[in-house]
Amino acid sequence: MKINTCLPLTKLATALALLLPFAAFADSAKKLEVFSWWTSGGEAAALDALFKVYKERTPGVEIVNATVAGGGGSAARPVLQTRLAGGNPPDTWQAHPGWELLGQYVEPGYCEPLNDLYQSENWGKVLPEQLVKLLTKDGKQWCVLAGVHRGNDLWYNKKVLEKAGIKIGDTISIDEFLADCAKLKAAGVTPLAVGDSGIWATAQLFENTLLGTVGPTGWQDLFSGKMAFDDPKVKQAAQSYAKLLEYQNSDHSALTWDQAIKAVEEGRCAFSSMGDWAHGEFTKANLKDDVDFGWVSHPGTKGGFIVVADGFTLAKNAPHKAETVSWLKSIGSKESQEEFNPLKGSIPIRTDVDKSKFGPYHQWSMKSFASDALLPSCVHGEAAPAAFQQALNDAITQFVVDKNVDAFCSALVQAAKESNITK
Amino acid sequence: MKSSTARSPDTKAPDQVAENRLPWTREQPTRKRRFSDRILSPLILSPAMTLIVIFVYVFIAITIWVSLSNWGTLKVDMSIRQPLGVTYQQMFGMTRWHANLRNVFIFTALFLSFSLAFGLLLALLLDRKLIGYTIFRNVFLFPYALSFIVTGVAWRWIFNPEKGVNVLFDTFGINKLIEAFGGPPLHPGWITDTSVLFSLNTWLGTIFPPLKSLSIQLGIPMALIPVVIAAGWQLTGFAMSMYIAGLATVPHELREAARIDGASELQVYTKVVIPQLNPVTVSTAIILGHVSLKIFDLIFAMSGGAGPGFVTDVPGIFVFDYTFKATRYNLGAAASVIMLLLVCMIIVPYLWTNLRKR
Repeated sequence: MKINTCLPLTKLATALALLLPFAAFADSAKKLEVFSWWTSGGEAAALDALFKVYKERTPGVEIVNATVAGGGGSAARPVLQTRLAGGNPPDTWQAHPGWELLGQYVEPGYCEPLNDLYQSENWGKVLPEQLVKLLTKDGKQWCVLAGVHRGNDLWYNKKVLEKAGIKIGDTISIDEFLADCAKLKAAGVTPLAVGDSGIWATAQLFENTLLGTVGPTGWQDLFSGKMAFDDPKVKQAAQSYAKLLEYQNSDHSALTWDQAIKAVEEGRCAFSSMGDWAHGEFTKANLKDDVDFGWVSHPGTKGGFIVVADGFTLAKNAPHKAETVSWLKSIGSKESQEEFNPLKGSIPIRTDVDKSKFGPYHQWSMKSFASDALLPSCVHGEAAPAAFQQALNDAITQFVVDKNVDAFCSALVQAAKESNITK
Repeated sequence: MKSSTARSPDTKAPDQVAENRLPWTREQPTRKRRFSDRILSPLILSPAMTLIVIFVYVFIAITIWVSLSNWGTLKVDMSIRQPLGVTYQQMFGMTRWHANLRNVFIFTALFLSFSLAFGLLLALLLDRKLIGYTIFRNVFLFPYALSFIVTGVAWRWIFNPEKGVNVLFDTFGINKLIEAFGGPPLHPGWITDTSVLFSLNTWLGTIFPPLKSLSIQLGIPMALIPVVIAAGWQLTGFAMSMYIAGLATVPHELREAARIDGASELQVYTKVVIPQLNPVTVSTAIILGHVSLKIFDLIFAMSGGAGPGFVTDVPGIFVFDYTFKATRYNLGAAASVIMLLLVCMIIVPYLWTNLRKR
């Protein structure tokens, strides 16, 4: 009898359960789902600028802005991976070129090639060849880049250096830099600001130092397996890195990278080695390029440009393919590139944009972009598989404490083997 | 009309009725009983059982399979990696994993002793029924209502090396006092401290030489102490409420008898009351123990992950990093399997003894 009273409820529940899946298919309007992790102030504004240009070009499309907050996509990637594996991809998602795009997304077949779009838009003529190579596999292009950051910059507080009698020219070598650090330390200033509560920030310092030691060709050789990670040059880079760590702030592991930049802004530290997303922190604090703060290529890396770029893909079986293609077309347009990049603090990938829209730093960076060797970043997942990136982060986590060069290099050699960088 | 007791004229207890039932009343109730035992209860339980079997046991089996597979990129690859179990072998060779195991054991030991000791102390104090008994009981239990993330963020600020408690050492003149005696001022790095206390490497190395070459220090990582304090702060209230419940079951007569036999008030506690609480201690230790083996969110909020030199790394963070950041699903699954085994090591003996008692 008790069961009987429950029956209507059960029927209702069953009916609801059967009906619910259909509710999800009710909409069929023109839509575009964009998946990214651009949620912080400048990033969100830059993304909005992309949306604005797209809406002007293609009216009547509703944009679903599927952002997942969290620095560097640490929270977004698990969500994206689940959606891709579950066969429910967003139309387009944010990806770094290089290994992350080609190995992680293209190789398993989650993306559609874009070579037709590249041809019809004639992008081959306005994009640097080295850059296009980073997003090409099997002769096809697989994403459209919105902008490029430069990873190997050394930022400094001009006033602090002036006071200590240090002048920085166009270029600086690692030895000169170490000498400057020693001088600053003797004067009672903390020379180097690092904020490695997210370990990638100090990994970035190592990456930059590594490029400064092996040079652009060495960099290519390392990540194509021609040079081993226990090569004397890599060991030398690790030693220099260990020396640099002697000059860092004592509270480095409690700070984030932007708090480290803040220490430079406030003059508590003199230098910080960080990609040019740091530039936005300086401008946010109302500091002027070349007046309050200065920059130079990280010691020894002049002639090299570590690319940290963000692009968007076209999902295989994208629910709204036509809209997505016009979205990618819009991103690659001159208009979008000019609107997006000043807000994001990056530089356009096109070489034919109006340079006057950019400040002194970015004009400098554009010049470097046009002439230097463009190299994929390992810390940002472009040069090597994610598993190697994690192994590098782990090796750095240990190295920061024990400074054991041999153990560090052999850990990298092992990781390179496992990730098939070296056979 | 509804139950057998209502139908039978006698007023005996139901189970007795079942045994001494008259022949003419036997048939229908047993049929009913048989229906409810053999059909109805499995029927009602089956949806829950199916879900548990699928979402717990099948998924455990899948995880074990993944841990043995080649699935090391975003592309699903369930083929078995040769030689069998090489992922586990690799994991047990990793410096980071050594640090993980050290940390999780040290953390569990410290956290359990902290929570149990303070939980018992608070319960005994409240047992005296002093003024404000109800207020304090609630105050001590409140932290338990928070989530680990909230606790983690709050204690991260408290243990910030530049601000937080370190400022108090200066403002209250503690550092001046220490300096006056010639000591260095107190500025602990707390969660960022990379030193390891009571390192046993050399001592263990003399017994078992391979341990000498271990790349991590076996001891108590200083950075875990703030984490233990934060976790203890949150769960001491839980241990306390378990002990309060346990104290209520200690018969008053026992205490009275002890007092009449001339036991001092201290002896009443140490010889009579606390030994009676042993089963409570065991259950509380098991509940807290499996919380601490699986800990992830508190540490993630406090140190943002592994910490310098893996001083605050635990298997939960290892699994997250390797599964979702490095996309090495097999390695992440292998670490999850080991976590499961660790929890089983605590839970299974407990369940075993409990079931045997019945």
